[in-house]
Amino acid sequence: MATLVRTEEETLLADMARGFLDDTAPVSHLRALRDAGQTHDPALWHEMAQMGWAGVLVPESCGGSDMGHAAAGILAEAMGRTLVASPFLSSAVIAATALRQVSDSRATEALRRIAAGEATYALAVDEGRKFDPDAAQMPARRDGNSFRLSGSKTFVVDGGLADRLLVLARTENGLTLFDLPADRAGISRDKRAMIDSRDAARITFDAVEATGDDVLGSVDQAMTVLKPALEAGQAALAAEMAGLAAGAFGMTVGYLKERKQFGVLIGQFQALQHRAADLWCQTEVTASAIAHAGRMLDADPQNTTLAVSLAKARATETAKQAVIEGVQMHGGIGMTDAFDMGFYMKRARVGAEWLGDYGYHAERVAALRGF
Amino acid sequence: MAEETRNPDTFRAELREWLEANCPPSLRDGNNSMEAVCWGGRNWQFASEDQKLWLDRCVARGLTVPTWPRDYGGAGLSREEEKIFHDEMARINARYPLQSFGIWMLGPALLQFGTEAQKQHYLPPIARGEIRWCQGYSEPGAGSDLASVQTKCEDKGDHWLVNGQKIWTSYADKADAIFALVRSDREAAKHLGITFLLIDMDRPGVSTRPIKLISGMSPFCETFFDDVVVPKTDAGGIPAVVGEVNRGWDVAKYLLTHERTMISGMGGSAARPLGAVLQDDLGGVMDAVTRAAALKAEIDGLAFALTAERYKDMAEAGQGVGHASAMLKYVGTELNKDRHELLMSAGGSDALDWDGAFEARPADWLRTKANSIEGGTSEVMLGIVARRVLGLPG
Repeated sequence: MATLVRTEEETLLADMARGFLDDTAPVSHLRALRDAGQTHDPALWHEMAQMGWAGVLVPESCGGSDMGHAAAGILAEAMGRTLVASPFLSSAVIAATALRQVSDSRATEALRRIAAGEATYALAVDEGRKFDPDAAQMPARRDGNSFRLSGSKTFVVDGGLADRLLVLARTENGLTLFDLPADRAGISRDKRAMIDSRDAARITFDAVEATGDDVLGSVDQAMTVLKPALEAGQAALAAEMAGLAAGAFGMTVGYLKERKQFGVLIGQFQALQHRAADLWCQTEVTASAIAHAGRMLDADPQNTTLAVSLAKARATETAKQAVIEGVQMHGGIGMTDAFDMGFYMKRARVGAEWLGDYGYHAERVAALRGF
Repeated sequence: MAEETRNPDTFRAELREWLEANCPPSLRDGNNSMEAVCWGGRNWQFASEDQKLWLDRCVARGLTVPTWPRDYGGAGLSREEEKIFHDEMARINARYPLQSFGIWMLGPALLQFGTEAQKQHYLPPIARGEIRWCQGYSEPGAGSDLASVQTKCEDKGDHWLVNGQKIWTSYADKADAIFALVRSDREAAKHLGITFLLIDMDRPGVSTRPIKLISGMSPFCETFFDDVVVPKTDAGGIPAVVGEVNRGWDVAKYLLTHERTMISGMGGSAARPLGAVLQDDLGGVMDAVTRAAALKAEIDGLAFALTAERYKDMAEAGQGVGHASAMLKYVGTELNKDRHELLMSAGGSDALDWDGAFEARPADWLRTKANSIEGGTSEVMLGIVARRVLGLPG
């Protein structure tokens, strides 16, 4: 396995991504979208697709750039720094990884459309408040040669605008993953106003018809396709949250160096110095877990659960610490909507829940480490 | 420091075969505690024939200091090969053949700051375990504020005259020689009047007194220098000063980085899964609160082990780690303290017995409390990160 240090190529990719996003999608971009009542900027996604980001996990034969999971993490981290709203995680990471597990011509075409930025995806898994894919209950009942899906999914991230949905449903002997157009008859989408100002929907399925062709992978075998996709998504989300933590932390350290109280820079106070230093230490430790998860996904995809859950658990905690300290150290201004820190805090909370919270991932570590 | 390019798979296969053939079975118990591993030195009493045999065999292959150049008694392993070496040692639970402050501290300082003659003279005996060094840094008045050391070093023409006291000198009572920070210029700014001096413990005027700790152990001593004469060069013309006179702080800072990295790894945060230890060795009675704390410690310990690996990779890639080593020291030692608190808690009243034969040993638990003090306290580490890494105002 490659070392945990970024290669020259990876450093270039990170610099390029940061340069592009600092110019094109700083936090003010998200703020403008929110103020306009929008959750997504199709023009920005189109540009990302042209740079090969939408196809970061798509084979070159399908028009992708196929840079791998470590690279996807680097892009996600750059997006986290400025809170870029895009379908990157849902489409380019989760859906692309799921589709790659299947080698039929339909999946190939779907991958081509993702890489080209022509189709976006959302993953409809959650049914309750907490992420727990194994417990999905929504039925897909046999109806002759097809299935009928009835029930509802919640917290479908990017689900309000996505062209297609990956839907997890219970079939006779297990779980099955369906790949459906979002406008299929019987699907109704209820876009929710989420705290992070991004796209998420509750989706109701009213006897939605799905054929065998709509099954991704095999009937009753959803996890063969879904597990790698979820782990890719969890690792990339962890990377995004590390970027988010770094972005919030950068603002905070900057403030400690310019804000004066009691006639001195507040960054001179040892109480604040030590808390800022501890936070930096935690970001470094988390960065290692994220680098390791990226390397494992690229090098040893059968054996990634521990690495991924470690990364997601750590990133969740570090992002939380970064935004809580961020608001506290900024004082009153940190509480205002006019200041950006609140955007970081709200996205950190959404990221904490999506694809499994700290407790979910800690339990996975526990299971693999003899607890 | 690889001296030639080898195929890693071939290297691993050859090493594995050699270890299988040469590591005595009695030393394959994975016990790499400070009490179990050979320290070497003029007065070392081998604990067993096997301990001596294992040392001799490793010395012949340069494996006591695997990454040092072959010219100085090492095996010239690259970072990747070093990883393989540690992997293969761990695979058969082999004890390390030798541990010492010469290997951990003085060797790296000499490799960085020593003259060629000093390297030739001092490094091979360290590699062979023939000399045991100790470190003379702290003083009663110079703990966290190490640069205020006052042990006096006067220039007397052909020799240095040393007077003063060191404290927390690890195993000084068992050491053959000491590398010490001494005050050679009382007028200069405090960082610019310090010299890094090598002193034989047999010199008249050097004396030591062990300090008994709360753990019941005495790994540390007070060391006294009373009109100690240190020739500027020995009979072979080798200088007693490492680096330049009055520039010992440069050497000390470099070594503190090493020490911090070393202390951060004590107890091996990822050594054994905490859950398995708590469950299998300590009876498996874990309430929800303890279990949650243990799980957090496990997660943080695993992530920290990856961080230590990443920082080694960075150093190998030529990316300076510098002040960030304070992070390793701070996080690693705090995690190690947490780990031992959990072990004690899980051990319950059994773990209150000095001789309780459990994974939770009270002496170890107490010892870990020093981890976040020695080599720079956690608070000093946070200060270094705040000012040197984050650039916060002083």
